[in-house]
Amino acid sequence: MAIFNLKINGENHQVDVDPESPTLWVLRDHVKLVGTKYGCGIGQCGACTIHIDGQAMRSCSLPISAVADKSITTIEGLSKKGDHPLQKAWIEHDVPQCGYCQAGQIMNAASLLNNNPNPSDADIDAAMNGNICRCGTYVRIKAAIKTAANS
Amino acid sequence: MSLIKTTYNRRSFLKASAVAGGGMVLGFSWLASCTPTQEEIMAMPEEWFDINAFLKIGDNGVVTIMSPNPEIGQNVKTSMPMIIAEELDVSWDNVIVEQAGLNTENFRRQLAGGSQSIRQGWESLRMAGATARRMLLEAAAKQWEVPVGELTTNEGLISHEKSGQTIGYGEIASAAAEVTVPEEIELKDPKDFKIIGTDRLNVDGPKIAKGEPLFGLDVQEEGMLIAMIEHPPAFGMKIKSVDADAVKAMPGIKDVFTINIAPEGIEQQWSDRNNVFNDLVAIVGNSTWEVMKAKKALNVEWEAESSLESSDDHEATLSDLVSQKADPARRDGNPEAAFRDADEVIERTYSAPFLAHNTMEPMNFYANVTADKAELKGPIQTPEFLRKTAAALLGMEEDKVSVMMTRMGGGFGRRLYGNFGLEATLISKQAGAPVKLVYTREDDMSQGTYRPDYKVVYRAALDADKNLTAIHVRGAGTHGSPVFANRFPAGTVDNYLAENHRKESNISTGAWRAPRSNFIAGAEQSFLDEVAEAMGKDPIELRLELFDRAIKDPVGERNDYDAERYAGVLKLVKEKSGWGQDMAGVYRGVSAYYCHNSYVAQVLDVEMVDNKPKVKKVWCAVDCGIVVNPIAAKNQIEGGIVDGIGHAMYSGLTFKDGAPEQTNYDKYRLIRHSEAPAEIEVFFVDNGIDPTGLGEPSLPPIMAALANAMAKATGERLYTQPFVSSQAVLG
Repeated sequence: MAIFNLKINGENHQVDVDPESPTLWVLRDHVKLVGTKYGCGIGQCGACTIHIDGQAMRSCSLPISAVADKSITTIEGLSKKGDHPLQKAWIEHDVPQCGYCQAGQIMNAASLLNNNPNPSDADIDAAMNGNICRCGTYVRIKAAIKTAANS
Repeated sequence: MSLIKTTYNRRSFLKASAVAGGGMVLGFSWLASCTPTQEEIMAMPEEWFDINAFLKIGDNGVVTIMSPNPEIGQNVKTSMPMIIAEELDVSWDNVIVEQAGLNTENFRRQLAGGSQSIRQGWESLRMAGATARRMLLEAAAKQWEVPVGELTTNEGLISHEKSGQTIGYGEIASAAAEVTVPEEIELKDPKDFKIIGTDRLNVDGPKIAKGEPLFGLDVQEEGMLIAMIEHPPAFGMKIKSVDADAVKAMPGIKDVFTINIAPEGIEQQWSDRNNVFNDLVAIVGNSTWEVMKAKKALNVEWEAESSLESSDDHEATLSDLVSQKADPARRDGNPEAAFRDADEVIERTYSAPFLAHNTMEPMNFYANVTADKAELKGPIQTPEFLRKTAAALLGMEEDKVSVMMTRMGGGFGRRLYGNFGLEATLISKQAGAPVKLVYTREDDMSQGTYRPDYKVVYRAALDADKNLTAIHVRGAGTHGSPVFANRFPAGTVDNYLAENHRKESNISTGAWRAPRSNFIAGAEQSFLDEVAEAMGKDPIELRLELFDRAIKDPVGERNDYDAERYAGVLKLVKEKSGWGQDMAGVYRGVSAYYCHNSYVAQVLDVEMVDNKPKVKKVWCAVDCGIVVNPIAAKNQIEGGIVDGIGHAMYSGLTFKDGAPEQTNYDKYRLIRHSEAPAEIEVFFVDNGIDPTGLGEPSLPPIMAALANAMAKATGERLYTQPFVSSQAVLG
């Protein structure tokens, strides 16, 4: 066990955990931020996507020791009032079905828009391909990303 | 409190006397506008009045509607309350939706499955709203001393035109709560619907977009421990011995023990019987990561108790079965003679592998078992049956066991089988603490109630004039055949034979979105495409001719479909897609199917991009009767189409010596963004018929629309799922 001082969504948190512990489980079990989801544990589904210094990362495969001095953003911190253009577009397009993967989809899309404010369809496909949606909401996710990009 | 029946349909409603809510409660209106990201604080009442089990009305007119059924992403948490709000006649802007827990006294069929929530809830939900409206009207009539028949309502306001008096629901709710539940009520004429048939956004949409805790895996309770299970690595194996000493000493680990969720003498429910891993090792600890590490380090010795099956053996057995006769499930005319006398016989064999459900939220459940009661909470499609078995296992009366349904990160049938809830129950009891059981993805994928592997042979006989004279279908599958003997094409040909074979297996299978249909539709509709080709007919024209026969002169007496509605969706998709137009570079496939009481026809367009086939657009016509919430209905149809394309094209679970060869997404392929259709357009038939299923019907037929379009694009027919194994698909 080791003590880590974490900066999550602009706030400081101190946790005493196994240094190998994936950031996902530190967020969920210790910081009680459960918006970041567990899907596969091997970085293949994208449900656990968070931002490390603004870039999308898979928190299930990221030991907490690797992010201790970085700025961590989760879905809960993407915007203060849940009004990030992507969050608004997600609601407007009624994107979610079960909704479980959507926090990861939104976080990944937010990183995409940070890097590429006006992505083409091919850009969206390439950037979002690591995020699985079992309900099949892909068509609406693409539409929502375009709406957010245009807002 | 008393239970009072109405004579209308003998449905029961629990009527409570007025209950004071007290104080100010903050709530949010998710529904007030099209862009509700800006949380809008709804003025909350100081007092709530329970009118019946489904709804309560606040003194300011705000209405809370309970959503009775489990939400698995089929959007019933929005659409079921819409039906109540419609008959109650309130503004949707003034409605708050709450998820009801399991309550078999108040609600009927709290189950998510078979695409039946809306169909079976339709009348009782309308009754709930209409009964409450009637009680409000009677209270107002009494107060004003006027005949109740002279009163009208409009969006939460009661008016008496003659006297010019008006009163809001909130103002009269207190008196309404005291009114005797009416024995007869009047339901709205569907032409007067104001909420049903209009787009209403998902009531949980803003919470999902913000990552708020909604799912079973998000449950956090005081003193809660984390639990995981270790199940046998292969079907046909069981625990021989467990060496837990080293693991018990690991950081954060509280206990390691074995459980048995199906001991002798405990009555099982239908939802328990598919599961085969009943003896398990449980690991309990403080945090998920600590328990995961301990689970990896755990030393369990397993031993075989029955055969260890492999996919190759299944393939050989199913092939053997479909080569053998079986007792006819249906026989019309003289199919043997028709095939003997045929000028041409077309015979094709279709196969599909096991599929895992792969809900994105792995199985999990929270349980807090104490000496005299048990609290269960989590994602379950069958809460009523989970409670029965949990109570039996605990030796408690059912009323000592509560079950709360969380929003589910997908169901697709997997959460009909609540073994994980029973496991959490026994682990909590043994650990003497509240626990949240969490499956790893590997646990989830290797302990499924899988979609069975299937094989089917279709044969068609053509005479010298290329007339279709007979159809023969013979199906085989693990734990049952995929063939529905009385569905189309039964009833459309003079000579017809359907035969079913069943293969036994120790691999657990169960309902997977649109059971059996999820395979047979693809096979049947692909086959029909080849039959049309051999007959020199347009595939839509052939289908319409067959439906015409079934309408005018059906063969046999029991045909489980309405040929006119079937033909209706086909004609609609033909018109909307511009079928028959020659479009350069576009290869089209068509398919139609009926299941879960609804009719779906699809046209799928493939284009070749860099020499590889790419699904560009799907056109989909649906007849599911009245559409309660069109935007959500369209989402269900879209999702089913993407799901169907994905599983037909990419997914499959194979076994080697009893063990699944794919246990995570590095090996088990699910459809991804770039593989989804660029566009899906959905058209609903407007016929005013009571609503039917929507969660499943769009999935089965798309597999054939895809295969038929791919055949046009590549020149190669696809018979074996997943299609991605075909060279033609790879380009």
